[in-house]
Amino acid sequence: MTVKISLEGVSRRYKDVDAVRDVSLSVNEGEVFGVLGPSGAGKSTLLRLMDLLESPDRGSVSVNGKQMDASSIGAYETRKTFGMVLQRPMVLNRSVWNNLCYPLRLRGWEEDRIEEKVGSELHKLGLHDRRGKNARTLSGGETQRLCFSRATIHNPQILLLDEFAANLDPANVVLLEGQVAGFIEEDASRTVVIVTHNMFQAKRMCDRIALMWNGEIIETADKDKFFSSPDDPRTSAFVKGELVY
Amino acid sequence: MVINSELLDVTLLSLYVSGVATIIGSAIGIPLGALIGLSEFGGKSVVKTLTYTLYGFPPVLAGLFIYYLFSRSGIFGFMGILFTPTAMILAETLLVIPLVTGITITSVSEVDRSVKDTVRSMGATHRQSVLTVMKEAWVGLVMAAMIGFGRVIAEVGAAYLVGGNIRGETRVLTTAIMLETRMGNFAWAMALGGVLLAVALSVFLFLRLLQEKEML
Repeated sequence: MTVKISLEGVSRRYKDVDAVRDVSLSVNEGEVFGVLGPSGAGKSTLLRLMDLLESPDRGSVSVNGKQMDASSIGAYETRKTFGMVLQRPMVLNRSVWNNLCYPLRLRGWEEDRIEEKVGSELHKLGLHDRRGKNARTLSGGETQRLCFSRATIHNPQILLLDEFAANLDPANVVLLEGQVAGFIEEDASRTVVIVTHNMFQAKRMCDRIALMWNGEIIETADKDKFFSSPDDPRTSAFVKGELVY
Repeated sequence: MVINSELLDVTLLSLYVSGVATIIGSAIGIPLGALIGLSEFGGKSVVKTLTYTLYGFPPVLAGLFIYYLFSRSGIFGFMGILFTPTAMILAETLLVIPLVTGITITSVSEVDRSVKDTVRSMGATHRQSVLTVMKEAWVGLVMAAMIGFGRVIAEVGAAYLVGGNIRGETRVLTTAIMLETRMGNFAWAMALGGVLLAVALSVFLFLRLLQEKEML
């Protein structure tokens, strides 16, 4: 089994807060890996470390077997093989069309190819008739789905999702989860990391799940074991909704 | 004053001097402000405070500085540009730079951190992410140029000191108003004031329309 992302003893501190403490884990090729935990547990920081947006204070991050961090030469080239949806969906202050073109232009795609790809993506999203409108005029659900498409339009091998369906109504959650499922089905070698505080979503979507608590990974297990017979009593309490935080 | 030719010349020279000073000041101030606003370095808050303090830089001092450098005995005296529009542009550029730099610092700093993270997560290089953030701060950057232009089109001290208010050479609307007032030609001074106001408002209106344009 090929390891796509590996963290060894990683810690990250902000001023006087230990956001991530001595975390070691690995994410394998073709799996949907979930990081579950309450708000403030350090999940987003963990994802930012994986995406090389930040460097660890201690420990190491490896992508495709190569150790690197945010300051490494070539970190941005590696990030080009990722797709990421941030916790707060953010569209650029330009048209829907140009938002989708942006990652492709960064990768030097030719305009003809961009036009074809973006056109077909907008048809799938149902936003083709609004392609010329400023993306900031879209609704919350449309914005979130546009951000997801923008993160995956270049066919990344690794997709990192940070609370990608938070604050959406159930209909939009279903649409977005369907988009993620479609992305995974297209290519079985794709790897997805989902950070969420929603255990039902983790149960629906993930193959393997880690529980994060106060910056530490409490337990990592296959989905079935995680929900039916976890080793750590805190995981057990969390899945039963008994863990107070 | 002969309305048809001299008033036109004075108005055009005002626009030329202030416009070029705004363009040069923005060409320096916008990248400088972006560099300061988007970088992390020791003493950043001191640099920001100093820049903001220079908003109050007295125009007459900017004129004095340029006068000192370009007078016959100054180190650049050999260039012979004192009492020419070029010297006026230099003095006014000095006034524009801190304003544009400071407003740019504020504008790019206010662009949401998630914009920077999003473009970096898409694989943008540092340069590409800086350019994208600057595009996001477009409204603030146009505002910077507007305020810079507003300061120099209405400025009289520096223009008078280094330009000398020479008829047909360096006379601009503000120095002409001062002269006409001194000569007791209040009606003319008021008329020139009206022209100055119209010119300033027209330029501001144009920039405002540019600012309001929906980004696509």
